[in-house]
Amino acid sequence: MTMVKIMFYLLGFIVLASALFIAASKNLVRTIFMFFVTLMALAGLYVLALADFIAITQIVVYVGGVLVLMIFAFMLSGRDTLANLQVQQNHFISFSKLPALLLALIFFIVMVNVLFRTDLNNLPWVNDAIAHKNVIAPNDAMTGNIGVSLVTHYLLPFEILSILLLAALVGAAHISRKEQSA
Amino acid sequence: MINLSDFLLVSAGLFCIGLYVILTKRNSIQVLIGIELMLNAAILNLVAFGRYDKISNGGQTFALFAIVLAAATTAVALAIILNVYKKYKTIDPGKTNHLKD
Repeated sequence: MTMVKIMFYLLGFIVLASALFIAASKNLVRTIFMFFVTLMALAGLYVLALADFIAITQIVVYVGGVLVLMIFAFMLSGRDTLANLQVQQNHFISFSKLPALLLALIFFIVMVNVLFRTDLNNLPWVNDAIAHKNVIAPNDAMTGNIGVSLVTHYLLPFEILSILLLAALVGAAHISRKEQSA
Repeated sequence: MINLSDFLLVSAGLFCIGLYVILTKRNSIQVLIGIELMLNAAILNLVAFGRYDKISNGGQTFALFAIVLAAATTAVALAIILNVYKKYKTIDPGKTNHLKD
């Protein structure tokens, strides 16, 4: 049991536990703050998967952007909105949730079954990558490498994504503006 | 280092919790959070497999793209939800069931 393993199991437990709390909680604001915990722990998992740049992007974009956007949208939209959003019918173990629970459980069982049947730690292409030394080592600096491949090999997806992001943000601003007599 | 299967197990659990959140919540914001959970499970898979692609960085680059796409999705979805609230005075996805009033 090395330190890395302990950190992995700790972070994985935090991710799953906070996600379960989100599933159980009724309160919207609590849900959003627990989602913050989930995202931070996921960034830790990305670091353990040797993707440090992705982890930083996760923190900057998700925690700094998405979460703040969610909180802003509901703290700024008036007190009655916030109160209305939080009030929900409070029934404990409602019968209507049973199909959803069943579906999620069956889906989980199917996925775990597939994972164990594929013999994941001996995949041919993974063994190939290990044989050709194509594996990221813990002391590699990958950020420069990602930057170079982003503007050479993945230039077209990168540009399409920038157009899409621009269109999405303009569209969001257009949808959420106040109605005016045009 | 950590096995691939451990990452995929955590990711499968996260995905199913996200699915459950989407199916049960009576609040569009929480449904949106469920979608984000499922997206994050997929990103975790991409990152875990991306470790075995050092030269062309396929997994990590597409994880990056997925994160940016999720941010754009959230911006648009929140704008739509605020508009739906203005029109219907509720954001229960089960009650917003007509296009025009």
